Amino acid sequence: MSEEMQQEADGKIKKFMYVNRKAPYGTIYALESLEVVLIGAAFDQDVSLAFIDDGVFQLVKNQNTTDIGVKNFSPAFRALGDYDVNKLFVEKESLDERGLSSDDLMELTWEDEDDDWEEKPSIQLVSRQEMKTLLGNQDVILSF
Amino acid sequence: MSILHTVNKSPFQKNDLRSCLNHANSDDAILLIEDGVYGALSGTEFSLLTSSSDADIYCLKADLAARGFDKNRVSDGVKLVDYDGFVDLVAQNDAVNSWL
Amino acid sequence: MKFAIVVNEGPYTHQASDTAFQFTRAALAKGHEIVRVFFYHDGVNNGTKLAVPPQDDRHIPNNWAKLGKDNQLDLVLCIAAAQRRGILDEKEAKRQGKDASNVIDGFRISGLGQLIEAGIEADRTVTFGD
Repeated sequence: MSEEMQQEADGKIKKFMYVNRKAPYGTIYALESLEVVLIGAAFDQDVSLAFIDDGVFQLVKNQNTTDIGVKNFSPAFRALGDYDVNKLFVEKESLDERGLSSDDLMELTWEDEDDDWEEKPSIQLVSRQEMKTLLGNQDVILSF
Repeated sequence: MSILHTVNKSPFQKNDLRSCLNHANSDDAILLIEDGVYGALSGTEFSLLTSSSDADIYCLKADLAARGFDKNRVSDGVKLVDYDGFVDLVAQNDAVNSWL
Repeated sequence: MKFAIVVNEGPYTHQASDTAFQFTRAALAKGHEIVRVFFYHDGVNNGTKLAVPPQDDRHIPNNWAKLGKDNQLDLVLCIAAAQRRGILDEKEAKRQGKDASNVIDGFRISGLGQLIEAGIEADRTVTFGD
């Protein structure tokens, strides 16, 4: 059976992209967006996340919310790999504009079962031009 | 594949329109709605951006009228649509990206 | 064509719910099918039966409920977002030990999976928010 027929038999597989353009904590959008991603992982779709503009601030490491009395949800990004959500595209220009580099971001990994469970990075830096192409190639784009 | 982008915030306050223009492919369409329609006004720093865009730019007429403007105050090349036109744009493109 | 609609803002503060309403009405009039309207974030506040806007203003929750009833629309409030914001149907109110519920007839409360399912089922997913 061809891959296409297999997908037909398994039901529809669509390309879902979650677009994150908002910073965490100031508003609830980033947290509730992540909740959709975690629930959506059960649906076996072709899922990726895009981090553009202030969305890149969601992935900054060392977030400490103790003194604002709000739950720190950044550790939940580490769980994404276990749910086979392992394509997190971060726009390089958005990082540059904010004085950030990949060293400022959390280290997120997933285990590739087709490659002897090797740990691989989930975050991929892409250029704005590449992001443009990625966005143009989706079936469903969800932004919150 | 072509995408319909919607922008609903004033470009004078937020960067959504600029970011959308930076990420739209040439065969895409951009629809300005709600406060996004201020991005369609002529004679602003955004008029040049929209008129030099490869993607087609549309503006929701109802939102423009609500804010006291009509086609005479809109940059060249921006097409006005009603809600039916909005529905058609969604149907004509392969997916919708709302720049929220 | 099949559309899924996502509404991420509550009534009145932001225009998103009004725009989504006008869009949905126009899509139905053109013969399109609305597979689901999913209310998320503050959008769940569109499902309250306790809103009492001034007489000369539109009644956003009632308008949605009527549009839903007239067209057999599936109007779904996200349960996680709704519980956070104090939007409960009778069943949830009972389960949570609350003495009141406030979801308007015509809306139902369900999980986030309904959003993904709508995205899979529909030809187009259109999000309205801030």
